[in-house]
Parts: sequence; structure tokens; C-alpha cells
Amino acid sequence: MTENYTALYEEHKKLGASFTDFGGWQMPLKYSSELAEHHAVRNAAGLFDLSHMGEVWVTGPQAGAFLDYALVGKLSAIADGKAKYSLICNEDGGIIDDLITYRFGDEKYLVVPNAGNAPTVAAALAERAAAFDVTVEDASAATSLVAVQGPKAEAILLKLTDESQHALVTDLKYYAFNEVTVAGHDVILARTGYTGEDGFELFLPNEGAASLWESVAQAGEEFGIVPCGLASRDSLRLEAGMPLYGNELSLERSPFDAGLGPVVALKSKEGDFVGRAALEAAKEAGPKRKLVGLKGHGRRAGRGGYPVLKDGNVVGEVTSGQPSPTLGYPVALAYVDVEHAELGTALDVDLRGKAEPFEVVALPFYKRQK
Amino acid sequence: MAKVAAELKYSAEHEWIAADGSGPSVVGVSAVAAEALGDIVYVDLPEVGATVTAGETCGEIESTKSVSDLYSPVTGEVTEVNDDVVSDPAVINNDPYGAGWLFKVTVTEEGPLLSAQEYAEANGGEL
Repeated sequence: MTENYTALYEEHKKLGASFTDFGGWQMPLKYSSELAEHHAVRNAAGLFDLSHMGEVWVTGPQAGAFLDYALVGKLSAIADGKAKYSLICNEDGGIIDDLITYRFGDEKYLVVPNAGNAPTVAAALAERAAAFDVTVEDASAATSLVAVQGPKAEAILLKLTDESQHALVTDLKYYAFNEVTVAGHDVILARTGYTGEDGFELFLPNEGAASLWESVAQAGEEFGIVPCGLASRDSLRLEAGMPLYGNELSLERSPFDAGLGPVVALKSKEGDFVGRAALEAAKEAGPKRKLVGLKGHGRRAGRGGYPVLKDGNVVGEVTSGQPSPTLGYPVALAYVDVEHAELGTALDVDLRGKAEPFEVVALPFYKRQK
Repeated sequence: MAKVAAELKYSAEHEWIAADGSGPSVVGVSAVAAEALGDIVYVDLPEVGATVTAGETCGEIESTKSVSDLYSPVTGEVTEVNDDVVSDPAVINNDPYGAGWLFKVTVTEEGPLLSAQEYAEANGGEL
């Protein structure tokens, strides 16, 4: 697999990060302690390099109609300046990726897929664009993405923006974005994230990334910001009950298995879209297994691939799991036979040969106080 | 870079053992291993009185990210386990060669052990 480096690689090295391969990218796993990084995001702020994520621009007179055809949601209906979570499926209804689409105007959208899937998604979009008057441009390699997440994120950004633009930051709603100048850099500032906390994601050209990173780190110092790696990103998103492509989502899973039925616009979209027939059938049939949250009663955690048991029989499989740093008990996401997926159901997870008690609980595991 | 304590011997599986010739030896995990594991949140240690065998698993160490087997570097009988690391496993990350020791064992036979120098060279630690 190709080794890719983000424009912030040298910054991470300076900070003493340990690195891991993620989707073909050398990314910081952690800088010091992943637990400390996790708690910093819940209590103060964390700074993330997400430049491995893709950025694909879709422009042209039929941009909205094209996205309605290429993705499962009704993207043409997004308001300008708003974002929407969606999926790109294949003809069989399998999930190619989950992604966020930002609407700048009826002829301009930005699609953000996951790192490892970005080339596949860009290629699928280009292929699906053949019959539409649109241009699909993969800007992933030239674009950086930095996230500032946590209860202090807004205060930190206000320090780095001119007073005349403060309202653009403070009035920004969840899943909305503005074009703002942050520490002298023109960025796309979106109030989105993958941590379960308030926070922002900032898109900008690679050239400014290191300078912006250092400015945010410096401005955030008094608020307790720390650089955060993928280890804490994973534990934060798990507590927030958010799926990770490759763990909870894959070509073998339908959106209905994953509890993402509401993302599929079978009713509100009149026209055809890729995967429609298969998704209609999948909805009609209903899932055999569905994604649930599990809470452990012991101290040991279930991990991806561990069997879920009911009375000793395998009724599911853990897709992600670890001890929750915020809640203090093990949490896991798992696909479980629908007859055992009711809230409150007592199940076991086979922890390397020993059955440990877990319980089906509501998602998310953690919800921030507003 | 993670520290390798010069006065200890090490197994290839990253356990250290301290033997002063009098009384039971002390076993723990190296700082190299503790760092690679990440924040440790759970340890499962052998019971006092149990016989451990060099090169065989005798417990488990679980971090936020992964689970690893604990291998005994020696054969012998366990005489004491460190209850402090069971109740607060973070001690292993903070002080792997001191307060983060795991158990004591009366050694009847050593497994293959490395000197601190050899272990550091093989695992990128710092003496």
C-alpha cells in the first residue's frame, strides 16, 4: 500500500507522535497518552490532523441531481451553507463509504469520504457522473483538514478570528459551515466532528496547514488544548456511538443493518439512484442482524471480531470495543441477531474463551451536556 | 525512546525479571512494551501459589487499544502478586520497573533471557 504523508507530518514528528498506518497514510496514533488525549477533548479541547480524509468537489449545473443519483440521500435538498451525512452504495446496496456533503450553492458541493476510501469514492463518483453535466474533481492530495474538538473549541477559534467574523463562528449551527479567516488563513470552517463534543473542522490548502496547526495549538494552550491522535479519535467516536467504515460499515452491510435507514431517501427521492432496487428489497426484507450498543458488566472489553453469545450460542459479533475512558466500563458496537437486539437483553461476549456478561444498551453511550 | 533498565534481565516477550539471589524474583513488563501497548486498563495476574512456566502465558494485559498475553520469563511458584497494579493498572505505564511490578516468583528454572543491552538493541529501547 502506498505510504502517504499529510502536510502536518513534520509537526507530528516534532511533537513526538507515535505513528500508525491508517488507510495507506502514516498518521499520529497518539502523542503522549491516548487516555489523556481523550479526556482533553471531553473537558477542554483537542487538535486533530484529519488530512488523510478525502475532498471531492462536485460542480456544475446538475451537481444536485447528480449527487441525488450517486449517493443514497437527497443532497439537492441541503440548504446552502449546510452539510449532510450520507452513504455511497453499490448496485447491491452494500456500503462503499459513509461521507459528509457540504453545499456551497446549487452548482457547488464538497464531498468528504474516508481516507482509505477516497480514491474509490472519487472514481465511483467520476464514473456515475457520465450522464450528468457536472465536474468531479478530487482535491484530496492538495487539501488539509484540521479539527478542533471539545467544549473550549469555540473560545479558541474566537481568539484566532477577527471580531468582525465572530458571529460567523458563534452562530454556526451543528452541520453548518462558513468561509472564515482563521489565524490569517482562509478556511472552510464547519461545525462537524467525530467525537461527540462540540467542535469544528477546518479545510484549507496544504500550504497553510502547518502554520494554522501551530497557531491553534498556541492559542489553545491557555484552554488546555492537546494534540490528539487516531487512538483517542477512535475511543471518542465509539463513546458517541458513531460507526467507523471498515468496522461497522462495509460492502457486506446494508444501511438498514447499520441502523442508517433514515439516511436512505427511498421516499423523498423520486428518481432512480445507485443501489435503489437492492435497498428497497433490503428494507422490505428487514435486517437479520442489526448494530447495537453493548455495555460490559465486568472490566474486560470486547474487541472487534469477538463472538457475541446467548446461552453459549453465537448470535453476533463485536465490530468495535474497548473500555470507555469517560464512562469507566467496557463498551462495544456489535451486530446481533434481531431477536436478541432489544434494549436490556443480557448477552455474553466471548473474551478469548471466557464468556463475560454484557447488556444491549441505547446509543450513543455518551451524550454531552448542552 | 522507552527506557531499558540496565540492572534487569529481559525475555523476548518483553517481561523483565529482577533477581538478587536471595528470595523470590520480581517480574514486570518493560517500558518498551508498556509504551507500545498504550494506556493499560486491566491486568490479569497468576494466583499466589500457582506454578508459572517459562515462555508460557500466565496472564493478560489489556490496554485501551489491545489485549496481550503475559508470558512468564521463568519457571517457578508465584509467591506474591502486586494488587496495586490490579486496582490501578496505569501504574504500569507510569513506573514499569518500580511500582508497576507484577508478581514475585521462586525460580526453579530460567527461560532464555536477554541482557539489558541485548534487549535494548533488539527492541529499540534506550539504556
